Amino acid sequence: MVNRVVVGAHYGLRGWLVQRVSAVVMTVYAALFAAALASARPADHAAWKAFFAQGWMRIATLLFFASLFLHAWVGMRDILMDYVKPTGLRLALEVLVILVLVGCAGWAVQILWRT
Amino acid sequence: MPDAALKKNRPLWYNLSLLNLPLPGVVSILHRISGALLFLFAAWLLYLLDASLDSPERYAAIKATLVHPLARLVLLGLLWAFLHHLCAGVRYLFLDIHKGVDLPTARLTSGLVLGVSVALTAVLGVMLLW
Repeated sequence: MVNRVVVGAHYGLRGWLVQRVSAVVMTVYAALFAAALASARPADHAAWKAFFAQGWMRIATLLFFASLFLHAWVGMRDILMDYVKPTGLRLALEVLVILVLVGCAGWAVQILWRT
Repeated sequence: MPDAALKKNRPLWYNLSLLNLPLPGVVSILHRISGALLFLFAAWLLYLLDASLDSPERYAAIKATLVHPLARLVLLGLLWAFLHHLCAGVRYLFLDIHKGVDLPTARLTSGLVLGVSVALTAVLGVMLLW
């Protein structure tokens, strides 16, 4: 006999948790970024580039972007589930969102680690 | 049966705008709209970051482009979208841990989210864009 446990309510927990954790990471980053920007006040290209080239800044910005794209996925998926009812169209749009976000993630890494 | 005839001919008047969206509802739908806006403009913002970090020439070109009133308006809108999404998001994190769920507090914090995000947009907009 198959022992089935009815646990309907936990299916969305992972997405929910990803959304919250990524939100906290981005909030902390926004505060750090604002403080760093206010103290460094980069006024030209060289200063702006040096601002993002700091070791900790690169890693912090990477964590921010990773959180951003995960967060955007959960949010866009929620929106598509609520408003786009035809399954085929929703699937197509979800795939499009994933492609855009993964593409943006690669682009962000390229921007941060370009010499 | 005059009553039945009367009932049948009554106009249907489902004017949903009569149901005013409460303040927490306004914050909620704006949270969704601002999030969608930030997603839609994410690639453009990434493009701006890319170009500004690439070379002094592209940095200068981006700086010149962003002087345009339309570009400033869009950036100001996105700044508001980010700040509203951030403030409303912090409010939701507190609601998650059951802080501020009673109606008077929920209304108060909704008003705060709307007001603080607009005020911060004005202050940061002036500091960063002008």
